Amino acid sequence: MRRFSWFNVTSLTLGFAFLYLPMVLLVVYSFNESRLVTVWAGFSTKWYGELLQNEEFLDAALVTLKVGLMSSTLATILGTMAAYVLVRAGRFRGRTLFSGMIYAPLVMPEVITGLSLLLLFIGIGLDRGVLTIVLAHTTFSMCYVSVVVSSRLSSFDTSLEEAALDLGASPFEAFRLVTLPIIAPAVISGWLLAFTLSLDDLVIASFTTGPSATTLPIKIFSAVRLGVSPEINALSTILIGIVTVGVISASLITKRAAVRQAREEQAAVRS
Amino acid sequence: MRRFSLIAVPYLWLLALFLVPFLIVIKISLSDVAYASPPYVPQLDLTQGWAGLHDFFAALDFENFAFLTTDALYWKAYLSSLKIALVATALTALVGYPVAYGMARAPQEWRPTLLMLVILPFWTSFLIRVYSWMGILSNEGVLNQVLLATGIISEPLQIMNTNTAVYIGIVYTYLPFMVLPIYAALEKLDESLLEAAEDLGCSRLAAFWLVTFPLSRGGIVAGCFLVFIPAIGEFVIPSLLGGSDTLMIGKVLWEEFFSNTDWPVASAVAVILLALLIIPIVLFQRHEEKEREANR
Repeated sequence: MRRFSWFNVTSLTLGFAFLYLPMVLLVVYSFNESRLVTVWAGFSTKWYGELLQNEEFLDAALVTLKVGLMSSTLATILGTMAAYVLVRAGRFRGRTLFSGMIYAPLVMPEVITGLSLLLLFIGIGLDRGVLTIVLAHTTFSMCYVSVVVSSRLSSFDTSLEEAALDLGASPFEAFRLVTLPIIAPAVISGWLLAFTLSLDDLVIASFTTGPSATTLPIKIFSAVRLGVSPEINALSTILIGIVTVGVISASLITKRAAVRQAREEQAAVRS
Repeated sequence: MRRFSLIAVPYLWLLALFLVPFLIVIKISLSDVAYASPPYVPQLDLTQGWAGLHDFFAALDFENFAFLTTDALYWKAYLSSLKIALVATALTALVGYPVAYGMARAPQEWRPTLLMLVILPFWTSFLIRVYSWMGILSNEGVLNQVLLATGIISEPLQIMNTNTAVYIGIVYTYLPFMVLPIYAALEKLDESLLEAAEDLGCSRLAAFWLVTFPLSRGGIVAGCFLVFIPAIGEFVIPSLLGGSDTLMIGKVLWEEFFSNTDWPVASAVAVILLALLIIPIVLFQRHEEKEREANR
């Protein structure tokens, strides 16, 4: 049985304190009475109240949610298709270019992606707003989805699909009834990743949006440029809370599913 | 037919929204700035047939790139981006290694929890994580208050709006990128090697330097690339935590575009930034391939 050594405990404590202390302080100061963020003047939830009355923030949150839902869904469909093409479609003309275009956006600086898309939208005369942000977000997050899905696709046994085809399923049926259920966890985590990437993005959204659509990160950025503000602390706390609850419950669900699957497999072997 | 459309849909999407926009950037980087909408010439005019195409290409030149070499601002911005990214990567490795080591040496049943604690910040907004340091580092911030109250300093430290704050921001936000590959390398390390080294008379420290560290080098290199590549083009961290003298190329591009509305120069800056990035990206891919083959 292995135990913690004092060195490991110290490095883990310091490391995690560094990772989490700034966010803990943000949460603590969001309940501060004083507008001066650094002076503690007693507990208060008034900044949450002011935040909920601030219509600009509510509108921006709505736009962000709309963009996130649309772009992550589109990106999941396109990214899963792209992953299938990469792993299963074999050789075709232009395959190298295709895989290059899947991996390049992952390392492309956001400022360049944003700039290039903006120049495209202006070039073809597309009005900038929700639609253009959705197009931009779909493009870069579909690449992340396809990386996640293709690693799952390449790790599972193709004989399962072949068996379905041999038994008379059409290629589409084989995909829907055999492949999709197996890669479903990767598709779902791909969707979640695309959704978070979209909610998070400041740079690409700033380039590709017009005056009609302001997302939450754009709003936050323009507010905090001037300095620390208690409303933003309250907003950050809400967002951190949502993410924490989401990630912990997602990991509990996958853990339970894995346990159940292991049990079912054992039962199947025994019978 | 079905296979064709399966390939065509994502292919055309990426061609139209990734490759074509990038070609447009290259084209505009060769154009001249103009007081018009859109603010650059020449425009491609296909109504004039081949003559129009010829005029279009004849009007393109490398003036903007020549301009970038003459103005010291751009040189300095490129060099200082490289320097900041390099220093920050080294600092991230120094902070990340002990954390990854501690995780890999923790009791088995603790590791999934520790791993989740490292990944969790990934899901939290990048912008918020950078912002959280503004309240800590400012002159009236938490850090200065603590240091003043304990009597360690008598004057508040000016950290906010300096390069130090930028370093802290990069180390903080990119730490998981460093910890995860190092942890992966350390976790699969065969411990009988360490026992053998100690049996053969190595001290624990010597065993670390002679066995553990060289075997985790692959993870360190991967982590360094994962931090260095995005850090070069970083925009949010220098503009929130850095000062007016913090020069980073992502920030210069942004200002060139939004404040100066000089699209051709902004495009030229983007092209050179990408050219700079190609070297580490290619090196990183080589490294990953070598690791993959070694693991086979």
